[in-house]
Amino acid sequence: MMQFMLLFSRQGKLRLQKWYEAHPDKVKKKITRELISTILARKPKMSSFLEWKDLKIVYKRYASLYFCCAIEQQDNELLTLEVIHRYVELLDKYFGSVCELDIIFNFEKAYFMLDELMVGGEVCETSKKNVLKAIAAQDLLQEEEAEDDAMYYGGYNIRML
Amino acid sequence: MSSIKQVINDAVEKGKEVYEKVRQPNPIRLRDLIRQIRSAKTAAEERAVVNRECAYIRLTFREEDSVWRCRNVAKLLYIHMLGYPAHFGQMECLKLIASPRFTDKRIGYLGAMLLLDERQDVHLLITNSLKNDLNSSTQFVQGLALCTLGAIASPEMSRDLAGEVERLLKSSNAYIRKKAAVCALRIICRVPELMEMYLPATRSLLSEKNHGVLITGVTLITEMCRQSPDMLAHFKKIVPNLVRILKNLIMAGYSPEHDVQGVSDPFLQVKILKLLRILGCGDSEASETMNDILAQVATNTESSKNVGNAILYETVLSIMDIKSESGLRVLAINILGRFLLNADKNIRYVALNTLLRVVHADNSAVQRHRSTILECLKDADISIRRRAMELCFALINGNNIRTMMKELLTFLEKAEPEFKASCSSKCVLAAEKYSPNVRWHIDTLLKVVEAAGNHVPDDVVSSTIQLISETRTEQAYAVGELWRHLSIAQMEYQPMIQVATWCIGEFGDLLLSGHADVTVVESELIDIYQKILWSSQCSITTKEYALTSLMKLSARLTHEIGSIQQVVSAFGSHLNIELQQRGIEYSQLFTRHNHMRGPLLERMPPFEGTRAGTEQDKATITNGVDTPLDNESLLNDLTSPNNNAHETSESNALLDLLGGMEPGDSDTIKSTSTSISLTVASTPSVNADILDLLGGLDSGPAASVPTTNMNEAPPTQLPNSSNAAYLLDGLLNNSTPIISSPSSPVTNSAGTIPTSNSIYPLVLQKSSIPGITAYDKNGIRLDMAFELQETLITINLIASNNTGAQVTDFLFQAAVPKSIQLQMLNPSGTNMAPTASLTQLIKVNNPNKVPLRMRIKLSWLANGSPVQDQGEISNFPSALWQ
Repeated sequence: MMQFMLLFSRQGKLRLQKWYEAHPDKVKKKITRELISTILARKPKMSSFLEWKDLKIVYKRYASLYFCCAIEQQDNELLTLEVIHRYVELLDKYFGSVCELDIIFNFEKAYFMLDELMVGGEVCETSKKNVLKAIAAQDLLQEEEAEDDAMYYGGYNIRML
Repeated sequence: MSSIKQVINDAVEKGKEVYEKVRQPNPIRLRDLIRQIRSAKTAAEERAVVNRECAYIRLTFREEDSVWRCRNVAKLLYIHMLGYPAHFGQMECLKLIASPRFTDKRIGYLGAMLLLDERQDVHLLITNSLKNDLNSSTQFVQGLALCTLGAIASPEMSRDLAGEVERLLKSSNAYIRKKAAVCALRIICRVPELMEMYLPATRSLLSEKNHGVLITGVTLITEMCRQSPDMLAHFKKIVPNLVRILKNLIMAGYSPEHDVQGVSDPFLQVKILKLLRILGCGDSEASETMNDILAQVATNTESSKNVGNAILYETVLSIMDIKSESGLRVLAINILGRFLLNADKNIRYVALNTLLRVVHADNSAVQRHRSTILECLKDADISIRRRAMELCFALINGNNIRTMMKELLTFLEKAEPEFKASCSSKCVLAAEKYSPNVRWHIDTLLKVVEAAGNHVPDDVVSSTIQLISETRTEQAYAVGELWRHLSIAQMEYQPMIQVATWCIGEFGDLLLSGHADVTVVESELIDIYQKILWSSQCSITTKEYALTSLMKLSARLTHEIGSIQQVVSAFGSHLNIELQQRGIEYSQLFTRHNHMRGPLLERMPPFEGTRAGTEQDKATITNGVDTPLDNESLLNDLTSPNNNAHETSESNALLDLLGGMEPGDSDTIKSTSTSISLTVASTPSVNADILDLLGGLDSGPAASVPTTNMNEAPPTQLPNSSNAAYLLDGLLNNSTPIISSPSSPVTNSAGTIPTSNSIYPLVLQKSSIPGITAYDKNGIRLDMAFELQETLITINLIASNNTGAQVTDFLFQAAVPKSIQLQMLNPSGTNMAPTASLTQLIKVNNPNKVPLRMRIKLSWLANGSPVQDQGEISNFPSALWQ
């Protein structure tokens, strides 16, 4: 089971965090800080894995963004790289050649996407098509609500974030 | 008419209301806030923006504004990600979740997953909302609730919502079913006793077409099997189903929906392989059923990309864990061998890691890839090099030690500083265990010390010194080699200089007499020592070694004693207090006490105890290596009975000398006795031998009990820390603690019978039970005297050496029938000079009063060559058990 996933920039700024194990906020912050600095200090020719406490950390850099997952001892680190890649592919399909800015300004959408791919730290959908279909259907629900609002509030879409 | 008016009025009212809403200054949008924050030039500026916005958001929360709640919570979530506190938004998330609108729910659940901690009151509220939404008619609302439950379910929530999840697990909608399966997984992790409830629903999950349901179903079953042996037994019958699913996956043609670079649904394949591994572990029948499919996956999976290798990796793990055929296991190891040659560093890393896991089970199969593994020592990736190094040490055996050590030494030479310490320690251990001969052993240790430079741990230095000190036959060779090193030494590498100076100090005469196949002139020696002692690159410790060594040389050289005296006395004003003290004390030995210099500086007796064997005794050795080593030679010689012949006035002067070293004295004694007791504790072969012995007397599992007893003090006398226990052990051993210091050269070098022995005969005479001679062969005689207290027999064992040779490493082992408990205290020593003896106390508890028999095993080195014998003692006086 994946314990958590962190997205952060080359400058060490956190862009997304998903925790599947409960930790106090303080601990989460400490873990995040520690991993970001450890991973940023690693050289490009090093492998994508590191041992950290009793977990295995799998990370991969896509352009300016690092995707970092913590998995348990019995989990397959090579497959975790595929999970990360699948997530990136989904974001790419959704945003259209995704970049870091897309994830900064639409972080909630990035979370929604992750939640369709994984639940509770386990992959729950292996078809890209199904994930994107579910996201599109939910976005449509939101748009319909927005249209209703606009009719009510004279053209103002107050539900827009 | 009035109704029209009414309508108009209503419209005006509504228009006003809407106008009011939009006229108010709207809260800024999420994207504008993000822009503002990003444009902040300093951290302080960013904090100001955030604080202003947080204050505003708090205000709207307090005003119960529901129109902008969604936007404000979203902004708060962004602020939270930047690391600012956002927990005041928790209740707002719950309100959003309770809203009927999907947009609100979507942000509300997102916020709940990010902001909620384990606080009970909030959880109770969210449980109700979850319950409602799990029963919603909109699948996506149900989906949001399931996703949240899967991420944050606490044990209480699990209990409250287990029923809902069970119902959804049987839903006709695959979108709901897959998410419900993960929730069920989370619930049984939190509350295992709810597992039974999901058992009926899991059956249908495997007959699914939908991969989402299949993968979550397999994951759920895996967790159930992992948690409960009953479930594991129950699910054995699904092995054929899993095999079929896996077969369909790899045989089916291209399906765009689940294809990943030519591999059909790797995510599902890996999950199935993992479940097969759990089901096949230790079960030959299940393993038999899956053998073929594992072989198919192992041979048919495309290995050019990461995704194929992910599957192969999982397959290898499964093959190694189940009871698979030997051919399949070789196939698996070969896959790892291929991984090692892969260009992708991740795959090489995984291969080394996995080989490290299986090396103990299939050593010979892994050995075949030795050369590839050795290549990995040169990898560019540091973590791969680290794994390769560990694996190499796991692969070393008596047959390959020469080649392996050669490669490892090359590695050690070029390795990063962080590797050098652990690598050199491991080299020493491997050499200790497998070295083909002593010459090779010494050569290797010297190479390790040389290659590791200043990163040699203390235990390696002392191990090397100890090995040379023990091996009489190779001392001339070693000292010659060390001289070669020393004469070209770079002063910045301390450990080599320390080893070299110590050995040359002890065995310098061999160097000068031409035994060492190098010719050295005395003045050359002095020059090198001068260089070391006055070099700014040498550490104080090294100079301490050198100074003592030089002093020792004064008893071995003939011409240059004057220059030694000059050098030594120069240290009388050294800034370092320790060196200064040595300088002054040693100078005295040239002037007032010149006649004592010879006997004082005699050669050290060979070291006793194990060399660095385990991590455990590392501290002991470090303790012994620095100053105590040098102090020891002085002190022990000073207290030896030889010196009693000198006039009392002089020994007063000597007491002054001793004054400064008193603490060192007790340290030395402690550390040596510790290492002695560890000798028995840490050598597995000794224990194994004892088991062998026992095997002869009784066969049965209980036979191991006395083995453990041997190494421990009686429980009542055991203090908390184990180290302290050993220290005490040494003291309990004999009536007077001073005599008990086992390595004290009093017994060894003096040649006279030490005082300790005279005590025992007195004790023995009191006993009414007659003593026996238990053994008298090969020049070694064992006498036993007995004391009896009810069932407890105390045996005083006296071993005496009539071999005419120096006996070292004397070890007495014993075993008794299993109804009898045996405890052996530490012997008074392990070395005996000719005609000397040593004593050991043995406690035997014979509660059933059965006739006492004892199987014994003796081993010792007579003038360095090993002697071993065993036998049985059956002539114990019957008064002991009657």
